[in-house]
Amino acid sequence: MGSRRRDIPEINAGSMADIAFLLLVFFLVTTTMDIPTGLQVALPPISEEPPQDSKQRKREVLEVLVNSADQLLVEGSPLTIERLRQKTVDHLTNEGKDPTLSTTSTKAIVSLKNDRGTSYDMYVQVYNELTAAYSEVRDEYSMREFGKEYTKLDPTRDKDKIEQVKDKYPKKLSEAEPVSLGK
Amino acid sequence: MAKFKKDGGRATPAINTSALPDIVFMLLFFFMVATKMRDREMKVRTQLPQATEVEKLEKKSRLHYIFVGPPLDGALGTAPRVQLDDAFATVDDIQQYITLKNSEKDEKEVPFMTTSLKADKVVKMGIITDIKQELRKVNALKLSYTASKASENK
Repeated sequence: MGSRRRDIPEINAGSMADIAFLLLVFFLVTTTMDIPTGLQVALPPISEEPPQDSKQRKREVLEVLVNSADQLLVEGSPLTIERLRQKTVDHLTNEGKDPTLSTTSTKAIVSLKNDRGTSYDMYVQVYNELTAAYSEVRDEYSMREFGKEYTKLDPTRDKDKIEQVKDKYPKKLSEAEPVSLGK
Repeated sequence: MAKFKKDGGRATPAINTSALPDIVFMLLFFFMVATKMRDREMKVRTQLPQATEVEKLEKKSRLHYIFVGPPLDGALGTAPRVQLDDAFATVDDIQQYITLKNSEKDEKEVPFMTTSLKADKVVKMGIITDIKQELRKVNALKLSYTASKASENK
C-alpha cells in the first residue's frame, strides 16, 4: 500500500473575516441596544362602586395636585418638586407626631391628581419622586430591621422579610379619576 | 561608496491574520446577544422623560407597546398622535388592539402582560389619561411609563 497520504489542500480562510464582518455590520444596522426601562404602575380596575367616604381619613391622605402649568400643590400649599420626596417621606414616617400628617404608616395614602394640561414630563417626575419616597422609607425600614436594603432582599429566600416591609409601608399611591382642574 | 541594498534581502514577514475571523465572530456574537431587532418603524417622536426609579422590564414577549408623540413627518402637524405597531391610531383603537394582541398570546400569560407606554416629554396628560382609561376598560392593568434612567444626583 502506498505510504503517501494524499494531502488535503488547505482551505483558504482569507475571506472568512470578510463574511464575518458582513454579518456583523448587518446586525449593527438592524438591531437596537436599548433595554426598555420604565416606572411600573398598577392601574386600578374599573369599579362601579362609588369611592369610600373619606372624611375621617383626610389626615391619612397626602394630596398632591399638579396643575396645567406644571405647578405642585401639596396639602393645599405650593411646593417645589425637589422638596416633594422629603414631604412624602415625612408623611409616611409620621406615625402620628404631626397632626396634619398620617397616624400610622400602614394607613398612609398618597393621592395624586393631575390636570389634562399637565405635561407628561412633569407627571413622570412627580410620580418618580413619590415612588422614590416609598423606596426610601422601605429601604430605611429594611436596613433597620434586617440590615439590608429592601431592593437587595432576595425574592425567594427573604420572602417573609419583603412581605413585612410591604405590610409596614404599603404602596398606597392612588390616582384620582380624571378631572379637569381648570387653567 | 555605499553599497546598494540587496534586492529582497529582508522582506517583512506577512502578518498572521488567521485569528481575525475569530475576533470578528466574537464581536458578532456580542452584538447578537446584546441587541434586539428593530421591529417597527417609528412614526412619532418619543423623546423619553427621565426618572431615577426605573425598573427593567423583564420579558420582551410580555409587552404591548403604545407610542404617543408629535408625528415625525412635519406635514402632519405637531399635535400628539398615537402609534400602534406601524400605523397611526386613535385612542379608541387601543381597546381593540390590546384585545387582539392578547388573543394571540397564551391565556396564562395575559395577566402578566405589561403595556409599555412610550410617550414624548411634551405630550399633555389629557391623552395619557384617556389611554389609561382605555387600558383599564380592557383590564390591562400593568402599565409602565417608559423613561430613561437618570443619574441619582441632580
